[in-house]
Order: sequence, then C-alpha cells, then structure tokens
Amino acid sequence: MTDIHKRDVDALSGVETTGHEWDGLKELNNPLPKWWLYVFYACIVWAIGYWVVYPSWPLLSSYTTGVMGNSQRADALAALEAGKAARAELGTKLIDASLADISSTPALLDFAMANGRAAFGDNCAACHGSGGTGAAGYPNLQDDGWIWGGTLDDIHTTLKYGIRSGHSDARIADMPAYGRDGLLEKDQITQVANFVASKTGLETEAGVDLAAGETIYQENCAACHGEDLKGLREMGGPNLMGANYLYGKSLAAIKAQINNPRMGVMPAWEGRLDPATIKSLAVYVHSFGGGE
Amino acid sequence: MAQPKAKLITLEEGGFALFLVLLAFACIIVAGKTYDQVMAFHTAFGALCAAAGAFIIFKNYFNDGGEPIPQEIDGKPNYNMGPVKFGSVAAMFWGIAGFTVGLIIALQLAFPALNFDLPWTNFGRLRPLHTSAVIFAFGGNVLLATSMYVVQRTSRARMPGEILPWFVILGYNAFIVIAGTGYLLGATQGKEYAEPEWYADLWLTIVWVAYLMLFLGTLWKRKEPHIYVANWFYLAFIVTIAMLHLVNNATIPVSVFGTKSYIAWAGVQDAMVQWWYGHNAVGFFLTAGFLAIMYYFVPKRAERPVYSYRLSIVHFWALIFIYIWAGPHHLHYTALPQWASTLGATFSIILWMPSWGGMINGLMTLSGAWDKLRTDPVLRMMVVSVAFYGMSTFEGPLMSLRAVNSLSHYTDWTIGHVHSGALGWVGYISFGALYCLIPWLWNKKSLYSLKLVNWHFWLSTMGIVLYICAMWVSGIMQGLMWRAYDKMGFLEYSFIETVDAMFPFYVIRALGGALFVIGALIMAYNLWMTVRHGEAAVAERQAGGALAPAE
Repeated sequence: MTDIHKRDVDALSGVETTGHEWDGLKELNNPLPKWWLYVFYACIVWAIGYWVVYPSWPLLSSYTTGVMGNSQRADALAALEAGKAARAELGTKLIDASLADISSTPALLDFAMANGRAAFGDNCAACHGSGGTGAAGYPNLQDDGWIWGGTLDDIHTTLKYGIRSGHSDARIADMPAYGRDGLLEKDQITQVANFVASKTGLETEAGVDLAAGETIYQENCAACHGEDLKGLREMGGPNLMGANYLYGKSLAAIKAQINNPRMGVMPAWEGRLDPATIKSLAVYVHSFGGGE
Repeated sequence: MAQPKAKLITLEEGGFALFLVLLAFACIIVAGKTYDQVMAFHTAFGALCAAAGAFIIFKNYFNDGGEPIPQEIDGKPNYNMGPVKFGSVAAMFWGIAGFTVGLIIALQLAFPALNFDLPWTNFGRLRPLHTSAVIFAFGGNVLLATSMYVVQRTSRARMPGEILPWFVILGYNAFIVIAGTGYLLGATQGKEYAEPEWYADLWLTIVWVAYLMLFLGTLWKRKEPHIYVANWFYLAFIVTIAMLHLVNNATIPVSVFGTKSYIAWAGVQDAMVQWWYGHNAVGFFLTAGFLAIMYYFVPKRAERPVYSYRLSIVHFWALIFIYIWAGPHHLHYTALPQWASTLGATFSIILWMPSWGGMINGLMTLSGAWDKLRTDPVLRMMVVSVAFYGMSTFEGPLMSLRAVNSLSHYTDWTIGHVHSGALGWVGYISFGALYCLIPWLWNKKSLYSLKLVNWHFWLSTMGIVLYICAMWVSGIMQGLMWRAYDKMGFLEYSFIETVDAMFPFYVIRALGGALFVIGALIMAYNLWMTVRHGEAAVAERQAGGALAPAE
C-alpha cells in the first residue's frame, strides 16, 4: 500500500495525482472549480427560496402551502372564469339574436365568426374537414345539399341535438334494411336501384324493368325521399336527384344502401359546448356558402 | 487437446443447466396451455433458447479437458473478453436497427401513408420499438460490453464464473428479442420505456440480478486497492435500474398463460411511479452508465489523467442523490399535486451543476491534449458528445421550470431535447467507445480507416444539428400556436392547423435522421473491416486494451 502515498506529479500540468493508477489511468488532484461550486450553492439557495414561496414539501396529511398561498389550480380556474367573463356580454347577445341581427351587427358577426371558427377546427373538422367540405360518409357543408335544412335555425337544431345522437330531441331518420331484413327481394332491389339510377343520370343495367322499379320506389321510398326523388327534409330523407350521395353515387352504392343502409351519427353538442358557441357554429357553418 | 479425464460438473455449470432445463419445461407447459398467440410464440422462443443454453453447457462440459480456465497467465489477468465482443457486435447491430426504425417513424410523421395501414408497422407499435431498440438494445449492449471490459481492466481481475457472463449478455439480448417482437405483435404494458409485459420483466429481473452479481464479483476479486470512478457510475446504474425496474413493473398478470397484466399502482400514483422510473432511466441508464464510459474511454484515448478526483466524487454523489427527485417535472400541470411538481422542478435546477461536473471532468481531462482533436476523430466524437451532454443537461433543468414547461410540454421541443441527449451524448460516447474497443478486443493496431470515422463524424453531426434545430423550431412554434388567442379570447389555431404547420420540420428531421443512419452504417463497415482486415497489434497487447504499463 506504500504507493498510495507516493507523491506523483503530472509533468504536463504540474498538478499532483491521487497516486493511484488503474489500467494506466490516473486522476489529478485538482480542487473543485470555484465557479462550479458557487453556482451549485446558488441553485440550492434558489430552490430553498422557491420552497418558501410555493407549495413544495409533503407533510403527514397535507403539504407546505408557501408564503404566497399560490395554487395553480385556483390560477387556472380564475383564468377560465376571466375568459368566460370577457366573452359573456357578446355571447349573451348572440344567443338571442336573429340571423338578420347578427349579419347587421358587425361586433356580433365578428364574435360569432371567431368563436365558430375556433370551435369548428377542434370539434367539427375531424369529420367535416377543416374547410367543411366533408368526406365519404360525412356531409359537405359548403353546398346547398342539406338533408335536414340549411337555415340558421335548421343548422342550429342539428348542432344542438345531433343526428341519431341518442339525445331525446335528436334528428332521427331510420332507413329500413330492405335486403338484410327481407323486405324486398334481390330482383326488386335491382329494379328500384336501377330506377333511381336512371332518374339521377347514372347508367343502368340492361334488361331491368324500370317501371317495376318505379312502383317499388313509390310504395317504399317516396314517403321519405319524396315522389319526385328530391328528398323530404322533415323526414330527413336525402335528395336523390342531387350530386351529393353520402355513401357514393353509383349503382353499386345505391344497391348496397338499399340492402343494408349505412346511417351516420352526429353528436349532440348541447352540454358539450356552451350555447353561445353552438350559435356561433351555426353562424359560421351558415356562412360557408350553402346557408339558406 | 488435453487428455479427457473424469471431472465433476461445477456448481455453476450444474446450477445453470438445471435452471435452464426447468425454464425450458416451464416454457413448454405455458406454450401448450396458452390461449394467447404472442405468449405461445414467446414461450416457444424461450424454450428454444433455454434448451440451447443447457445443451451448450453440457457440450462444453464433455468437450473441455477438465482444466479450469486460468485466472492469470504469466502473472497477468486472463481477461474474459468473449461476452464483451458479443455485446459490442450486438450493440452495433441493434444500433443500426433502432436508428433505422427511428428514421421510419420520423418519415411516418411527415408522410402518414408509410404506416401502410398494417397493425405491425403503424407508428404506435414502431415508436416503442425505436425507443427500446436504441435505449435498451443499443445503449444496453454498449453498457454491458463496456462495463464488463472496464471493470475487468481497472480491477485487474477476470470476471467470476464462466457461464455467468454469457448468461448475462445472452439473457439480456433474449430479453430484447422478446420485448421487440412483443411490441410488433401488440403485447405492451403501455408504460413509456417500460413497455415489455410481465414475463419479459421477470426475465430481465433474473438477468439483471445476475449482472449485478457479476459486476460485484469482479470488484470483489480486484487486485487494485481502490475502485476506479467509472465503476462507481456503473454500479450506481446497475443498482438503481434494478430498483426502478422492480417498482415500476409491479404488475399482476391476468393469467400465467397470457401476456396481459395490470399495474399495481393506480391513477396519479401510477403516473408518478412511471415518471420516477422514466426520468431515472434517463438519469441512471443514459447518464450514470454513459458517464462511466466517459470516465474510462476519454482519459484512455486522450492519454491524460482525469482532471479532478474531488470533482468526480462530489458530482457523483450529488448526481445520484438529486436525480432521483426530478421525475415529477414530467407531470407539470396534470393531476399531480402542485407541491410534487415544485419539488421535481427545484431538484432539477439543483441537478444542473452535478450534471455539469461530469462535463467539466470530461472536457478538462483534455487539457494538454487538445491538439489531438485535430488528428483523432474518435476523440473528437467523444468530446462533442460531452459538449452535447452539457447542453442537454442545461436544457433539461430549464424545461423543468413550470413557466417554460407550459410552452414546451407535449411539443416537439421535448423530442428535440431528448435527441440532443440521445444522438449527441449517448450516441457519440457509445460510438467513441466502440471505435476504441473493437481494435482492442480483436488485437488490431488501429481502426481500418480514420477517414471513414471523419465521414461518420461530420455526416452524423450535420444530422444531429438538422434534427434538433428542426424540433426546436417546430416545438416552440407548436407551443406558441396552441396558446395563441385572438383579440376576442378565442383560440387562434385549431389542432390540425398546428400539425399542418409542422410538416416541413418533420421532413428536415427525417433528413437529419437519415444522415445519422448513414453515419452508423459507415461505422459498421469500418468496424467490420477493422476486424477482418486490420493489422494485428504487437503480441504484448493481449486480449483487449491499450498497452498496459508494467504492473
């Protein structure tokens, strides 16, 4: 053990080593860098100060609350309240205003558009697209092909209660599964699908009895989709003469829909968004270009 | 070959053989009774590995002449370098695999079509595959290999046992295979950096205890009066990871015949345990472990003494006592109580200087040898690594403050921060260590090509800079967009607009990642050529190590 206490100086730096050596490695006996030590102390002092000011150390059944009584939970709630208060005045006015009032009052319109745009991006865009152009299975909000109506009130009602949402006031249209439930024979489905296709400008299959198809249509479909195929909004029956087919405009898609219809769900936003925001969304969506 | 003679099986051989045979049977039983295909696959794999292990033990027993392997040859330690070689090669292999998966998921973020709509290749499964592959497979093998090398060399003693070291390195890699294939097949606990399910955790626990015993055993056998600083860091890493692993993986399996388990902790306590684990995986796996590498390979390569023994002691104890408190800073503004979040933030600030102690000791060790940076790209890589370490250990405390965190949290800034530490610090110190280790282990005079090391260095440095700058800009932009309100108090941007705005930065990040992968491929080629065609070193160099001074 004698070599441990042997004085060994590194020739290059002139600093003594600790006298140990491992696999050719030595350690210099330099002191702690002063700046390092003082910054370390300063950080500790800062931390102690922070502990005095803010909630920090756990106690048996509570914790030290800090001399300022700061609570980030209370801060967050206060910030939420302040935000609500700032929006309250125009928000209240908006709820009672008619479309005409909103359009003619720039302050209200700006408020509704800003609120609607923010809410649309985070709540509606996922299905309807960030520009409201829709996608397969999700209606386009930019054109005039409204299933449930495109007036401000219609849009507002749809937003508030949703479609097949489970809300007691929800808009509900339930198309029967003609094929799956055996309400129509396969041949009959072919006939009625070809009839619809023929009316809306699609190619039809050769040798299909379109007159029989029309009879089947009038007996089974007209009640909701209208005798003229233009849809009935009060029934929620989509217009079959238009360009917008939610689940595809083709003979095969029409057959599939008659056989075993797909029916989408729109959530009810009442209770999830505040009344002013729902109204704002109605104004915002109405402004896309299709509003009536 | 020595004369075959009757020899009793050693306790080590017998014990391991018995354990592996029992394990193989247990695996076969579970494989036969399970209702879970992933479990069937993993137990079949386990049975094969265990059976192969038992077979190799018996084969060696019947083949060797009964002579125990000498602990010393001509008065010099007969170091056991086989498992070190295996670990080094495995590290390179898993490194390239992990970096490549990282590049794929970076591209998926920019071009989602690359998810291919397949469950096995979607981002959700590949992301943990990437993180585990780079941290545990690449980093873990580097740590295992270097720790076995360093502890033997600095203790002047052969590792204890003949099967134990192989059990540790092969068992660990078996864990990696089980964990990685589990992610791809959908077996996960859903805990970040602790995704492997209960049976993989159990296996890792066994391997890890064996590793601890191997490391302690080598220290126990040491011929040096003192324990070298690198070994303190390795030991802190091994002990703390064991503790973290056990507490954070306290799960109850639904059935021994299935992969699914439920964690014992609930709610915010689970979150706190998770980030106590998560942050200290950074602290003890990615920091303490790699500081150990720095403390051996930097002074070795620079041929200079470590700058300050006192600093190494003070920053070591400060680091390990303070790191363990910092976890709550991952949970600011969540259900975690404010007091816990305050403690986490303040200890993160206190941690700043203890972290920098390692950087100072690493950089100042070069005083008197700075000129070597011009000529030795391997040393340059390690020095840049230490610089990145300093940068990320400054950025970390900064981001732990609630005010900064409210901007940075959940954004790409965090990803950028992690990668300046991961690519810069952990990656480069590992590359440096492997560039040193491979010629030493295979008795080569030098690397095949320093020019290729230079190419690796510059390509990957450009890659890292592109990566972290892109993530800084994207992260801060993202944070600012999320909190932007218009004059009426409504959010300025919807979430999807912030995603859209990040696209160019995602592309730049992927480009940076590609450069990093290319650098690693150059490295693998260089190391391969070193082993295959490198000029043999002089005889005295022996198995592993720069020319040791006369003892």
